Amino acid sequence: MQSELITQPYSMRLWAWLGPQLGSWLLGALLVIGVALPLAHALLPAEHPWFISAYTLTLAGKILCYAVVALALDLVWGYTGLLSLGHGLFFALGGYGMGMYLMRQGDAELPAFMTFLDWQTLPWFWWGSEHFLWALVLIVMVPALVAGIFGWLAFRSRIKGVYFSIITQALTFAAMLLFFRNETGFGGNNGFTDFKTLLGFGIAEPATRAVLFLLSLALLLLAWLGARWLVNSPFGRILTAVRDAESRLMFCGYSPLYFKLTIWVLSAVLCALAGALYVPQVGIINPSEMSPANSIEMVIWVALGGRGTLIGPMLGAGLVNGAKSWFTVAFPEYWLFFLGFVFIAATLFLPHGVVGWWRRLWRKSA
Amino acid sequence: MTLFSPKTAVVEREGWDGEAKGLAHLVDGQLDTRHGAILYLEEVCVSFDGFKALNHLNLDIGVGELRCIIGPNGAGKTTMMDVITGKTRPDSGAVFFGQTIDLTRYREAEIAQLGIGRKFQKPTVFEAMTVFENLQLALAGPRSVWASLRARLTGEQRDRIEALLLRVRLQEQRHRVAGLLSHGQKQWLEIGMLLAQDPQLLLLDEPVAGMTDAETEKTAELLLSLKGHHSLMVVEHDMAFVEAIAERVTVLAEGSVLAEGSLAQVQADERVIEVYLGR
Repeated sequence: MQSELITQPYSMRLWAWLGPQLGSWLLGALLVIGVALPLAHALLPAEHPWFISAYTLTLAGKILCYAVVALALDLVWGYTGLLSLGHGLFFALGGYGMGMYLMRQGDAELPAFMTFLDWQTLPWFWWGSEHFLWALVLIVMVPALVAGIFGWLAFRSRIKGVYFSIITQALTFAAMLLFFRNETGFGGNNGFTDFKTLLGFGIAEPATRAVLFLLSLALLLLAWLGARWLVNSPFGRILTAVRDAESRLMFCGYSPLYFKLTIWVLSAVLCALAGALYVPQVGIINPSEMSPANSIEMVIWVALGGRGTLIGPMLGAGLVNGAKSWFTVAFPEYWLFFLGFVFIAATLFLPHGVVGWWRRLWRKSA
Repeated sequence: MTLFSPKTAVVEREGWDGEAKGLAHLVDGQLDTRHGAILYLEEVCVSFDGFKALNHLNLDIGVGELRCIIGPNGAGKTTMMDVITGKTRPDSGAVFFGQTIDLTRYREAEIAQLGIGRKFQKPTVFEAMTVFENLQLALAGPRSVWASLRARLTGEQRDRIEALLLRVRLQEQRHRVAGLLSHGQKQWLEIGMLLAQDPQLLLLDEPVAGMTDAETEKTAELLLSLKGHHSLMVVEHDMAFVEAIAERVTVLAEGSVLAEGSLAQVQADERVIEVYLGR
């Protein structure tokens, strides 16, 4: 083996070494970016050539949150075969939980939009939202509960395949319409914005931004590590069994309901955590986060990157959102066409996504 | 959490063989088969949109018996297996596992845990996993989410899987992804997975479909070696195979039992010849 390698040209040797290490490369890149970006933003003066603007840092932080969503979606779609077209709902619910806390940080008794609507008292479900710990409970428990009840009903009735996908889509659409109403008590179509402080720190300060960015990175790395452990455990094997031959699994004595429900709720909570970190970074949450198009875009990240690979969906989230930030500035009106094209191209030419393509390429040359 | 642990009455008293009302003693995981039968179907009816798939079907399988079920297409063979395994609920009639367990009250996964294994007509294995992992997943044991998160393969389990690999002749393929196996090998893997569950009753829907003659022969050997330790119900079209394994054959037609007996007997039966050759 060794002598064969030596006779090969350098490019081939580099390739042979690079090929199987995709995960390590991604991890390395994440760590380098993770250290460099926040430091360059918080410590360097604005006129320094290596200074990272708040825009760039926020964009990178956003993409990290999206990558967590892509991971969460990969667990249910890539590994368990449940295509969710409504994961934006859980992301938004987590975001709203954080938003409620942020809206209560001013001196005013009521959030500004309530005063504007001439409300005198806080609705009951805002109780305790000024406490950060309670906000954390809401961020985790509300999406978990919504996902749990929905999942229990859907999986118990054995709703599968495209029917399941359509219902998840309807769920997020219904929630969006609900949140659009002013009477619902979440700021209607404007949602929450104009945040001031988070735990006493100014939300726009470079150090706060840097810490939020680092937290997003930490969440992504932990989620990745956890997901890797999960899919390689016997539990993960049962998930793929649900995906590939659910009836066989049932006749082996397993009840797929609980396995589906567990991963579904876990995935929803992961999305909600990402949403909660996303909101203070971008400074706004409104019902458009629940629009069906958003959830479909999340599916495209996973499809483009390669489902059932964990690395792929994270890459996909990065590629699509990187392209989006450039495209929507350069050719704003063509972005959706481009996105549609990417989806069609990925389906036709990259059935296993970028990661599948990479692996095949590497196997061929190795 | 196990979904269900069967608690059935077993009489334990020396020198006593009468009816044992009040003397019953609950023993975990034992099936009450005092009357020598492991499965009873009584007057089972199933209809789909007016079509009677099963029409007052009566059938029973003895402990350790290997029973072959034959019959023309649409006779209700697969529907019968669906009823036994909980996939289809009968419109009327009783389905009992042993003396005491009413199968119509349980769901698929619970019935599998009670000790009934089923092989599908089309071989169904978990194609993304290796042969070894397939068997590991099917291995008898707790089936809860929590258990799956903490499960570690014990040496004893490893030995059991090795024994199963040997039995279904897949030792060489143990680390192969199941999707890459040949059709016959998938059939065997599925049978191996059934055995891993250690069921008391095995239902096999066309176990030799698509197998070569050599493979069919080995499958016959395998099934014959199971007889006595397990009860088996085999649905098969391949008459040579039925001849090789069956002692008793049941002929189904139009949802009920048409004839029962040795293969030679049923083949000589006028009514059987009629349904097979058509009127």
